Amino acid sequence: MSLTAATATVAAADSHGFLSPTGVEIAFLLVGLVTLGAALVTVTTRQLVHAALWLVVALGGLAVEYLLLTAEFIAWVQVLIYVGSVVVLLLFGLMLTRAPIGRSPDADSGNRWAALTVAVAAAVALVWVVVDAFRTTWIDLDGPAAGTTRVTGASLFRYWVLPFEALSVLLLAALVGAIVLSRKATPDAAGPGRTTAADLPAAGPGEKEGAR
Amino acid sequence: MHLAYPAVLSALLFCTGLYGVLARRNAILVLMSVELMLNAVNLNLVAFDVWLSRTVRETLHSGQALTLFTIAIAAAEIGIGLAIVLAVHRNRGTSDIDKLRDTAERPESEGPDTEGPGSSAAEKAEATA
Amino acid sequence: MTTTTLAVLVPLLPFLGAVAGLLSGRTAPGFVRPLAVLPPLGSLVLAALVAVRQGGGQAVDAHTELTPTGSVPIELALHIDGFAALVAVLVAFVAACVQIYSTGYLRDDPRYPSYAALVSLFTSAMLLVVYSGDLIVLLVGWEVMGICSYFLVGHYWETPEARAASLKAFLVTKLGDVPFLIGLFALATDAGSFRITRVLGAVAGGNLHHPTVVALLLLAGVAGKSAQFPLHTWLPDAMAGPTPVSALIHAATMVAAGVYFIARLLPVFEASSAAMLVLAVMAAVTMAGSGLAALAQDDIKRVLAYSTIGQLGYMTGALAVGDRGAAVFHLLSHGAFKALLFLAAGVIIHAAGTNSLAAMSRMHGLRDRIPDAYWTMTVALLALAAIPPFSGFFSKESVLGTAEHATGGHTAHVPGAAGWIVLVAGMVTALLTAAYATRLWLLAFRGKGAEAPDHGRQPLTMTVVLWVLAVPSLAFGGLAYRSLPGWFDGRDLAPTLLTSILGTGLALVGGLLTYGAWQRTTALAARTPIGAVAAHPEGDAGLVEAEAIATHEPAYGDIAYAPDPADPGRLLLGPLHRAAASGFHLDAVYTALFVRPVQAGARLVRFLDREVVETYVGAAAALPRLLGAAVRRAQTGNVQTYVSALLAGTVVLAVAVLLVATGA
Repeated sequence: MSLTAATATVAAADSHGFLSPTGVEIAFLLVGLVTLGAALVTVTTRQLVHAALWLVVALGGLAVEYLLLTAEFIAWVQVLIYVGSVVVLLLFGLMLTRAPIGRSPDADSGNRWAALTVAVAAAVALVWVVVDAFRTTWIDLDGPAAGTTRVTGASLFRYWVLPFEALSVLLLAALVGAIVLSRKATPDAAGPGRTTAADLPAAGPGEKEGAR
Repeated sequence: MHLAYPAVLSALLFCTGLYGVLARRNAILVLMSVELMLNAVNLNLVAFDVWLSRTVRETLHSGQALTLFTIAIAAAEIGIGLAIVLAVHRNRGTSDIDKLRDTAERPESEGPDTEGPGSSAAEKAEATA
Repeated sequence: MTTTTLAVLVPLLPFLGAVAGLLSGRTAPGFVRPLAVLPPLGSLVLAALVAVRQGGGQAVDAHTELTPTGSVPIELALHIDGFAALVAVLVAFVAACVQIYSTGYLRDDPRYPSYAALVSLFTSAMLLVVYSGDLIVLLVGWEVMGICSYFLVGHYWETPEARAASLKAFLVTKLGDVPFLIGLFALATDAGSFRITRVLGAVAGGNLHHPTVVALLLLAGVAGKSAQFPLHTWLPDAMAGPTPVSALIHAATMVAAGVYFIARLLPVFEASSAAMLVLAVMAAVTMAGSGLAALAQDDIKRVLAYSTIGQLGYMTGALAVGDRGAAVFHLLSHGAFKALLFLAAGVIIHAAGTNSLAAMSRMHGLRDRIPDAYWTMTVALLALAAIPPFSGFFSKESVLGTAEHATGGHTAHVPGAAGWIVLVAGMVTALLTAAYATRLWLLAFRGKGAEAPDHGRQPLTMTVVLWVLAVPSLAFGGLAYRSLPGWFDGRDLAPTLLTSILGTGLALVGGLLTYGAWQRTTALAARTPIGAVAAHPEGDAGLVEAEAIATHEPAYGDIAYAPDPADPGRLLLGPLHRAAASGFHLDAVYTALFVRPVQAGARLVRFLDREVVETYVGAAAALPRLLGAAVRRAQTGNVQTYVSALLAGTVVLAVAVLLVATGA
């Protein structure tokens, strides 16, 4: 589908020079490199806490990229939720599971080479396809910003109200599920194991949505 | 701006996350890698939404809306995921993914008493992996 | 009723009796004996009626085709000429005698109902063979007899000898039946019909294209059925069956079927002089060899079995010189006296408690215990030795006379050499026959030593039958030789002077020689005690006989041989004795020639199956097992491995789809 879209926009993108990057593009490229580097360090470092901190860098870099793409609301949400809460949660998780501070020799499993092969193959395939499809497509960043809070809010509450409300239910379910799961199972309880098992399916859809 | 920049960055980030999911041993690091993949998708969504909102006048800003949903779901997911990891850690004493092998095929001769974490069956299965 | 209806009823009655006996044997034991005895008696009456109506004149022919059966039609056909009419009377007569005798002989046997039914079926099959005018219908009777003989010889299946003998009888006769079947098909293809009359017509018209091949193929089946060399070995072993069955097989059915078959189709054999020569050689070897073997046997029934083989040799000899009248004449008289010999032997075995001649020769006064058997056996042995005026003399002289006639080469279709072979062998056999008959008589009835055990009188059913059979043994030959040519081909059956003097003289010489030898050796009997008697002498005759057969090998070291220095046969045969006792080691030869190669082949097949075929099967099982093990190793339980494989597959598929979509 993206291929056909690309061919449709070939004629409209003729006015731009491929080898004459604008300032925005240079900034995007630099921040992108930092982001990618941070992400790579995140998945390769042997110090678990460092990984979380490098993740902060990567997620922050992405927020900057959103800004550069004029999606400012998303950028602030990114900073707030990811950098502010998710990473903190992850750090808490690391602490609670007594992850070692400092280098741990076995941070990577024996699956590393298979993972590398698959990842590189996927990267090559994706980059090839994407470049092939969008090599003549430009984003026009001039004019009014596409992602201001005003625009996003109007769109969200005009066209996306029902999913938005459903999302609140999902979040509630996730909240309950997380509490039930992480509650310490007491031996005299009627059957915490059964409660856990019963609530897992409720958390399942949320997990699936997130993974997608 | 050239659309290939965010698209390529997103693809590379996605594959980095993919590598992390497949290669990391600690479950929390796997969750971090999942976050990376989600963010790569988000970047794609935002970039294409911006592009489309300029090219086509009538748009629902669906990319940005979906990004918001994804972020919310990711937050929920990280909460549930961490709860699960904590529960597993409390029960099994480990949060290493490759030690959770209850679904592994065992030799027929072994009895049911050898099941469970840290047992000889699990060690053997790990050794053969 | 027409003659045809009567003739149909003759084989049908025993068949229905057999079916009824098999069905009601368990539920209504009171009907078993009437059902066993009455159908053969009815058949006898009807067969006699048929014979009287036919009267040796024009053959009665009737046929009906039940259903079309392809190129060569198979019809239910009757062909009753003088041969068929008289042989049927003999068969029904002997069968009736045997059934009556069996009621006494096997009176306590728990398996008597099935035994009687099988004897009836046997009789019915033989009568079918005799009357049938169609070769395929004849073959049906022929094969039914084969299976009946298997069951009846194996009647005492508790003993290993009986089991082995029944299997051997079945296999050896079947060995002959395979070429026989092929020969029948070849014959019918040449003649265009299975009807005997049409076949004979085709032969007369010279339309038989492969007479030698057909005749030799048919000869193989006949040799198996009629116990001719080299397929005779089953007959002595078949003595493991009950004595009445032996009498039936030897006198009227089974072995007679082969001779009768050649007699019916003699023109086919005459069309090939090679076949006639082979027939003559076969008859000569059979006669002389069986005479020598009979002289060395210890088991009284085996002596009689070899004598049957010898007498059948006379019949085939007569056929080899082209005279079926003489052959069937000898068949009839032999049927009477051989049935008598066997039935009397059954009485002797019962009274003495043993079947060993060596043991009998050490008993005093056996003849006083069983006077009926003594006198009738004497008559039958004299008939066997062809002493005038007993019936065996006339029939045997008719054979020898025909052979003498053929030596001149004056008989059509018969090579002169065949005449000489049959004549010389017949003379030698006359000497041997008299010798072993005398030996049997002397050893059985002139024993010296301890008093014979007294088990009371023999059952009336058994002794009366002996006297009934003694009449034709005594008088049939002398009365019939003038009238029989009218029933047969019309050729003169009267004894000629030269062969009569020669044959009778040789028989007397043989008898006297044996008597002289016995005089010398009998003194040794007292010095070497030998013998074993049955453990249950008070039981019925069948039980005594079964025990006697089963104990012969443990007691004497061999089924056919006893180390008895008092045996006149040992003196007469000299170094040949040991070989003759074992039938000239023919069984050992067959073991080396056929049994071992077949067993080796079976082992080879087993090896191929176990080692080669099974390897493929094992590999076919091992390959999926290996694959399964390999796949099972992938089932590590490590989720990351699974996801890696899944994503790798996804990437490969995506790339493939892209390449296809872009047309690369």
